[in-house]
Amino acid sequence: MSKFSLITKGLIKENPTFVLVLGMCPTLATTTSAMNGLEMGLATMFVLILSNIVISLLAPVVPDKVHIPVYIVVIATFVTLLQLLMQAYVPDVYATLGLFIPLIVVNCIILGRAEAFAGKNGPLDSALDGIGIGIGFTLSLTVIGIVREILGSGSVFGWKFLAGDGILAFVMAPGAFLVLGYLMVLFNKLAKK
Amino acid sequence: MEILLIIVSAIFVNNIVLAQFLGICPFLGVSSKLSTATGMSGAVCFVITLATLVTWLVNRYLLVPFGLTFLQTIAFILVIAALVQMVEIVLKKISPSLYQALGIFLPLITTNCAVLGVAINVVSKEFSFGGEAHLLGLGESLVYAFATSLGYGLAMILFAGLREHLAGNEVPKSFRGLPIAMITVGIMAMAFLGFSGIV
Repeated sequence: MSKFSLITKGLIKENPTFVLVLGMCPTLATTTSAMNGLEMGLATMFVLILSNIVISLLAPVVPDKVHIPVYIVVIATFVTLLQLLMQAYVPDVYATLGLFIPLIVVNCIILGRAEAFAGKNGPLDSALDGIGIGIGFTLSLTVIGIVREILGSGSVFGWKFLAGDGILAFVMAPGAFLVLGYLMVLFNKLAKK
Repeated sequence: MEILLIIVSAIFVNNIVLAQFLGICPFLGVSSKLSTATGMSGAVCFVITLATLVTWLVNRYLLVPFGLTFLQTIAFILVIAALVQMVEIVLKKISPSLYQALGIFLPLITTNCAVLGVAINVVSKEFSFGGEAHLLGLGESLVYAFATSLGYGLAMILFAGLREHLAGNEVPKSFRGLPIAMITVGIMAMAFLGFSGIV
């Protein structure tokens, strides 16, 4: 597989949200606005790229029986690093995303990529794979965030173009499921053609 | 009274799946049949309560006194992973029939974010149901964890029932599978919003 297609496959063909349907919890919970979705996507991408690199280096020396616990510790280490960095430099973002930053540890995308890709490939390919899947995830989250923000509060990235409140349900829990459901339908329809 | 409020709030108002978005992957993954949904709910209920007990103790008597709370994420996930493994081994020895029923779901639970989510929530959240705001004690934490997992079971079993009906219906091609499931959950979540005035 060429280096370029490693990056691009995460966008459509192996899109983590719409095709693989992984990491649903942060996808639904943090996309109340476009900005939140983008930030969550970037935070996940940070952990994904670094853990992919380290796991691809560790994989040859880790005995097969304990590889899952080892991977989880590596991922948890980078999540802790991310938590400390975010608390230090962007405390507001950390406060909005809250619980879902530590929960990156159990995001199935990251363990999934470690298992399916980084464990079997070199560090460079694994890093590219992390970037590709990370961009796919970030884009999906941003798109869901944009749709929910437009419907729910009549704005995009905080820029308000509609007076009034919008449809509150789209910012709350039901809207997350509905928007993701209908976007999946749209994705299916377009991908088939 | 306070305990009752915690229970009602955890099951209905802040339902773990429909309002907090935790544990969605297994919620979507094993809810296509009512029997597997019931099995998974039982396993999750058991593990969440047990994991909360252990992580609460680890946090209070190990991490806090030694100033290691920044290691919370790593410590909790390791505790949970070890716990799940242990439960599996113990169940296999003590109650093979229960192991048969829960067996395949147990390994999946390690990566169920509901377990880690509840464990982190319990030690970091301040609750103030009417009275003074305070961190949850061990008893309250266990009640909260158990009620939350009951809420998980409730949502899962209701959803599995709906999905079994959906399977027999003619659904437009692009909606088949997960999209229609998502939309169903959305409508369920809307119904659960009705509880939000209670507490």
